[in-house]
Parts: sequence; structure tokens; C-alpha cells
Amino acid sequence: MDSIAGDIRSTIFDTLRTSLGKPVELSDQTNIINDLGLDSVAVMDFVMEIEDRLDISVPLDRIAEVETIGDLVATVRDLKGGI
Amino acid sequence: MGLFDKFAPTAALYNQLENAGANPFNVAFEQVLSPTEARIGDRAILLLGTNNYLGLTYDPAVMAKAIEAIELFGTGTTGSRIANGSYDGHIRLERALAGFYGRKHAMVFSTGYQANAGVLSTLAGKNDHLILDADSHASIYDGSHLGHAQVTRFRHNDPDDLAKRLRRLAGMPGDKVVVVEGIYSMLGDTAPLREFVQVKKEWGAYLVVDEAHSLGVLGETGRGLAEAQGVEADVDFIVGTFSKSLGGVGGFCVSDLDGFDILRVTSRPYMFTASLPPSVVAATTEALHQLRTRPALRRQLRDNTGRLYAGLADLGFSLGPEPNPVVSAIMPSPEAAFTFWTRLLEAGLYTNVSLPPATPKGMALLRSSVSAAHTLEQIDHAVDLFAQIGREMGLIAPAQVRAAQ
Ligand SMILES: Cc1ncc(COP(=O)(O)O)c(C=O)c1O
Repeated sequence: MDSIAGDIRSTIFDTLRTSLGKPVELSDQTNIINDLGLDSVAVMDFVMEIEDRLDISVPLDRIAEVETIGDLVATVRDLKGGI
Repeated sequence: MGLFDKFAPTAALYNQLENAGANPFNVAFEQVLSPTEARIGDRAILLLGTNNYLGLTYDPAVMAKAIEAIELFGTGTTGSRIANGSYDGHIRLERALAGFYGRKHAMVFSTGYQANAGVLSTLAGKNDHLILDADSHASIYDGSHLGHAQVTRFRHNDPDDLAKRLRRLAGMPGDKVVVVEGIYSMLGDTAPLREFVQVKKEWGAYLVVDEAHSLGVLGETGRGLAEAQGVEADVDFIVGTFSKSLGGVGGFCVSDLDGFDILRVTSRPYMFTASLPPSVVAATTEALHQLRTRPALRRQLRDNTGRLYAGLADLGFSLGPEPNPVVSAIMPSPEAAFTFWTRLLEAGLYTNVSLPPATPKGMALLRSSVSAAHTLEQIDHAVDLFAQIGREMGLIAPAQVRAAQ
């Protein structure tokens, strides 16, 4: 695990805990829809928080591919790297 | 594994409504008497959830044109304009729309949904970018996905967030197309178009405004929010629907951009579907004429809207931020919204329930839409029913407490 991915992961954990408003077990395997009970719009809203924090834009087709937090870390890592 | 197993969570919710005897998807009006009255069984229903903003569905002149068109041209066109040809009426309606908006080009689609699909999927190609307001209607999202552009969303009604996203795209190849709505269909709020126009000019983007709920409602002559905010020259494309203020079905796009007509042979939702039937085209053309020549309809709609909005606000309901013909009361939960909706219907008032993910921020809404055809008595009766049932459900303060304030 590189340190950028680690930073991204902790940003995502942090943002999720804030937006869910309750303490939850989170790992790379956590399924964002099934385990956290977010609907499609809630997922997009939560990704917006991440976009703000990391100053990136995540295209919707990339969000649609994401199932787990690990997927999201990889996607964001990829977009950050591309800048 | 059954084919429909993947819908189990949705099916569970649906069955719950069904069992509670409160399923809005089961409502069928057996008789419609006017733009504001219908019957279900032997119950008279006051219609307050139809988007029939100008009440033109029973206008005698509009009806006469539809009937005449059926007699002259038959019931349907039986094909698309590209494959099977246009009727004279399609072209006349397009000219009327272009004339109304004062623009060079107009194109008619078979629904508003298809207008968004046809325009957005084609305007923005593979290396282009669509930047959508986060609260955009499903047809804007779906239309965007139908094409091959990169799609991102910005925070609802937030010009700074739009600017931030355009900045991130600066230097990337491809055109940038920003999409917003005039009046948003869930909370009835309007877009800060003047600010959006500044941002789009600063970053060299194109701007599409969907005036589905604002055509015939806003602006000095009813052209919508762009007219009301004085920014029409900087709106590159206006999309809209015939299914609300014009009382028909169909959609359109108008523009001044040269080369616009190439969409007719490149936009798949325009090319590969049947064109509107002659009766609908004739009725819509006449409805547009009525919209233009009867500004009193718009004034009446404003008055009715103000009365419903103030009435519900005074009762203590939390509403959308502005008095527009979509008036939504924010409910504490989906269950409360369904219960309220059911009890209103039992009392003879038809409204709409809107739930996430169709609503912003997970809100449960009880949504009303006002018509110019409502009488003040009808509006007052609706407010009385909201008061009575809202109090019985404990959603608003009892009468005497509020009166003492
Ligand atoms: C903002 C918006 N755009 C487009 C549409 C689609 O219009 P139509 O009913 O003509 O398909 C609607 C309404 O349903 C809408 O609210």
C-alpha cells in the first residue's frame, strides 16, 4: 500500500463516518450500498464530499463501477495520479 | 434465482404500501371532469398534483384543434420523421416555438424525456464533458448516460461548485456542456441563472436550461426562468416539455447556434421513434398560442400559487424555498408522507408523494402543483384539508396554539 492510497483511504473513512453520523466498522471490503445502506443518490452525494476534500471530479461512470471502499480508493488514486 | 430477485428490497416496500392500502401507483381516475376535478368510484376528487399549470387540457380552442387534426390527418403518424416524413403540423409547431423564443432553430421530440435524451446524448460526444446540477431530473441523467461524454455533477444551485468543476476540467480537451433546470420539480426552487451564466462564460462552456416546469410560468411573456432573469442571450439551448403547461405530450429544444439542424440526423432519440400524432401537435400549437395571448392565465397561476404557499406556510408546514407552482411540504418520514397522502385522497384531494432517490437529500415530500384553473375556493379547501389532517397527525401545531402566537 502506497502512502497516497493510505491518505485517500483515511479521507474516505473519515468522510463516510461524518456523513453516516454514526460509528461504523469500515474496511476495504465494505460494500458501500449493501453494508452501509446508501441509495444511488446518497453514494453520489458522499463522493462529492470526497471530491471536495481531494480537489478532484469523479465521473459518474467511474462511481457506478465502485462497489467496495477498496474500489473507491483505487478509483480516486487513479484520478489523483492522473493530474 | 428468479429474474426479479434483484428487486427484492423495492418489492418489499411496494408490498408494504399495497398492504397498507396506500399505493399511489394504483390511483386511476375513472372520470376526469376538468383540469381540477376527477372522480374515483363515487368520490369527487380535487386535483392538486397534475402539473397542469395553465389548465389548458380542456380549453375549447385547444380541443377543437385536436379534433380537427384527427379528422384531417388521422390518429397517428405511424413512424419517425426521418424514416417516414414529417407532417406539415410538426414544421409549423417548430416555427411557432422558434418564434416564441425568438431563436433560429427549434426541434420537437416525442416527450420531454426524449428531448433531454436526444439533446444531451448528442451535443456532448466522446471527449466532451457534461456537468449536471446534482438535483437534475432523471431524464437529464439518463440522457447524459445515453451518450459517450464524461458526466460529472455539481452541488445543486451552487455556481461556485460549478466553477470549481470547470476549473478542474480546464486544459482537458473537449467541449463542456452545463445542464440546469428552470424550476426544480421536487422543491419548486429556481436556479441562480445569472450567476451560472457568468461562470459558463468565464470558462467557455455551453449552457442548457430545462424549462419543463417554468415554461408558461415564469418570465414576462412566459418563456421561463431565462427570460425572468434576463439571460436568454447567454443560454445556448432551452429544452422543455409540452406535458405540463401546454397540456399535451412531447418535448422540444430551441437554439440560435448555427448548425443545430444536424441533430435531426444524429440524435437517436429523435430519429428512432415515432413522431407526435397530428392531434397532439395541433393541440400543442394552439396551447402555445393561448399561452402567448392570455397573460391573465399566468397572473392567475401566480395568485393561486401565492395563496397555497402562504396558506401552508402559515399552518407551519416546512416548504420549498420559493412560492412556485410546485409546492412541496417536507414530511418527517416516508411513512408520514404516505399516510398524509392517503388521508388527503380519502378526503377528496389528490397530491403526489415523492421519495428518495428521486428527491434531494433523502427528503420525503408531499408535493402539490397549482393550476391557473383552480378557483380560490378550491385552494382554500385544499389548505383546510392540509390543516385538518396535518393537525390530526401531529405534524403541525393545533389551531388555538398557532392563533395565540
Ligand atoms: C425537469 C424535467 N425535465 C423533463 C421532464 C420530462 O418531461 P416529459 O413528461 O415530457 O417526458 C420532466 C417531467 O417529467 C421534468 O420534470
